[in-house]
Amino acid sequence: MKNKKKSISYAKWGYIFILPFFLCFLIFSLIPLVDTVRYSFYEYYRSGLNEIGPNFVGLANYKSLLESDMLRYAGNTMILWLIGFVPQIVIALLLANWFTDIRLKIYCKQFFKIVIYLPNLIMASAFSMLFFAMFSTNGPINSILESLGWIAEPIDFLGTAFGTRSLVGLMNFLMWFGNTTIMLMAAIMGISPDIFEACEIDGCTPLRRFFSITLPLIRPILAYTLITSIVGGLQMFDVPQILTNGQGNPDRTSMTLIMFLNSHLKSRNYGMAGSLSVYLFVVSAILCFFVYKMTNNETSPKPHKQKAGKQGGKGK
Amino acid sequence: MKKRVGSLLMAMAIGAGMLAGCGASSSTASGASSGAAGGAGGEEGAVINIYSWNDEFRTRLEAIYPEVESTSSDGTVTTLKDGTEIHWIINPNQDGVYQQKLDEALLNQATAAADDKVDIFLSETDYVFKYTDATANVAMPLTDLGIDPDTDLADQYSFTKTTASDQNGVQRGSTWQCCPGLLVYRRDIAMDVFGTDDPVAVGEKVKDWDTLKATAEELKAKGYYTFASYADTFRLYGNSISEPWVAAGETTLRVDPQIMNWIEDSKEWLDAGYFDSTVKGQWNDDWNKSMGSASKVFAFLLPAWGIDFTLNPNWDGDAGAWAVTNPPQEYNWGGSYIHAATGTDNPTAVRDIILSLTADKANLLKISKDYMDFTNTVSGMQEAATDEAFASEFLGGQNAYEYFAPVAENIKIAPLSSYDQGCVELIQNAFSDYFQGNVDFDRAKTNFETAIQERYPDITEIQWP
Repeated sequence: MKNKKKSISYAKWGYIFILPFFLCFLIFSLIPLVDTVRYSFYEYYRSGLNEIGPNFVGLANYKSLLESDMLRYAGNTMILWLIGFVPQIVIALLLANWFTDIRLKIYCKQFFKIVIYLPNLIMASAFSMLFFAMFSTNGPINSILESLGWIAEPIDFLGTAFGTRSLVGLMNFLMWFGNTTIMLMAAIMGISPDIFEACEIDGCTPLRRFFSITLPLIRPILAYTLITSIVGGLQMFDVPQILTNGQGNPDRTSMTLIMFLNSHLKSRNYGMAGSLSVYLFVVSAILCFFVYKMTNNETSPKPHKQKAGKQGGKGK
Repeated sequence: MKKRVGSLLMAMAIGAGMLAGCGASSSTASGASSGAAGGAGGEEGAVINIYSWNDEFRTRLEAIYPEVESTSSDGTVTTLKDGTEIHWIINPNQDGVYQQKLDEALLNQATAAADDKVDIFLSETDYVFKYTDATANVAMPLTDLGIDPDTDLADQYSFTKTTASDQNGVQRGSTWQCCPGLLVYRRDIAMDVFGTDDPVAVGEKVKDWDTLKATAEELKAKGYYTFASYADTFRLYGNSISEPWVAAGETTLRVDPQIMNWIEDSKEWLDAGYFDSTVKGQWNDDWNKSMGSASKVFAFLLPAWGIDFTLNPNWDGDAGAWAVTNPPQEYNWGGSYIHAATGTDNPTAVRDIILSLTADKANLLKISKDYMDFTNTVSGMQEAATDEAFASEFLGGQNAYEYFAPVAENIKIAPLSSYDQGCVELIQNAFSDYFQGNVDFDRAKTNFETAIQERYPDITEIQWP
């Protein structure tokens, strides 16, 4: 008896202490997730104040979604994401590289780091409201441009697909480039200074150093950034929703998948919304798998796991 | 061993505490308030919950309900003299948010604690039908409250009573306002273009659509817009449809020829430059600005509440710059109906409020005087039309009731369906793109069909005239 006690594993306490998380996850994430999948096979919505269903309809919801404009909205979502992501990753890489370069003596580094991160602290919907007001046809941006004499007629920013999409991209870029910069900086600072020193002694140019040393060595973090950004992009909602009043104007060109989901939830159409969520879940799982395989073999499995949890939580 | 059991218990207690955290706080709060309830209000609940979409009803209630003691500074709680509290639950109308919240509350009505039950809710003409439905039975018949529509509400405009009745003709709501619409115009622009700002002379210039079109050309020549946007004229067409959007018991949506006329005319007018092309729809910043003194917009089509609630706050010039005259077509826009929610725990208080706000002629006349609301009393409004005391400072001393009263008597309310709000909102959105030249006509039609079937999954077919 006594001997047995001595060989006790303290790991047990670890499990007990993480139990609350798993309980929360089970109740608030896993059960709703399973419910979402279940309802996706049912006809279940509300007409006026009367509830219709749930009636089992098999794959009918999935079929009618494929026949709807879902793929178009998926395209919109990807375009909106790319418009924001491309400049974001380029600028973030550039800034991260500059901030970590010991030879460039940048003053007030800490200050700049805070400033570029600040837009991320604003609530997306508030940011969107601000842009909506600023870029409206009679708004301040048009007034400024007109008084500078650059344009004769006010520009209808939100009246064209190009204008609306660019604004959404710009907002996403502004909100997220600081966050990415800081993450990439951490990655670059994790590279041993010996390597940079050695390459400089060998006469390596800064450009060469960036492409041959920095980039390959921060690949794991780049992959992580890409994955989280794709998943975030697929879930893009608040910015275009507020900017276009939930309509995805003009001509539904800025309607994202989650906005589509949201318009189903107006009628409490749990069946249709459920099957759309399942599609989204599958797509993001596939995308992540590809990016993960493509970019890397040495990434620790941690980012992947974290991502999957997040997705489950928002899958409803 | 004991120690270990103890710490295990501790860990579990912490875990449980974390889980229970959010649930516990709300239940204790409601427990406390229901405790206070018994003491103050006698047999009825101490909290009257009122669902609405803005503070219009609250201001009316504060002005005339004699029991009101005070309202908290944030406007969420009004205390009555007997200690009863009115809790205002306000959600915006736009995008169906108000109805979502209200539906949720009404569906939980049976299981909600007495003081959390909905007692009164408001509905607009666009969706009053959904809530007066006899099978849904969420709004109490007025007779069950002890109000006899035939005697107590005899002085109301009859179309408001029809609107608030269910399919069997049982009245389930009542309103203090009646919303005949007029044409509200800027006197300075009228002076500039027509050489007169006299309502009778201007009324002649806008008496029907053809005359108005010729007038629009005159205004354009001087650099003015007739109306701000295509959405401004929508109610004149949309509220004079002859068939409901969706007939009872059917799942086919029929677009009325009147709506097609609106689409055709709006496109023509916008292309001709009679509307301000930078204003897209209503209730947005650009629309509000077009009511300011810097704008070039000549007129708005607004009912009485629109003048007080929308135009007045947006006008930044001197009072007296606007005037009203007859619209090109008689129409009704809006109307807030007061309903007693089935299952309310304050039936007497609710009855009092409804009677005091919608059946008491003196109160209604006071609302008319203070808020320029066109109130629901036929005889009162006829008196107001000739009473100089009802002249409005904002309208330069003009008595608007002179124009409202005849319109109100001619209103034929459009046949209603429970899909109206979505139809009205989505058809304007879909065709917005068409007016601005972003999509062609057929594409706009398809976009409307897509949007309406998303909003109402039970609609199977859309028929165009």
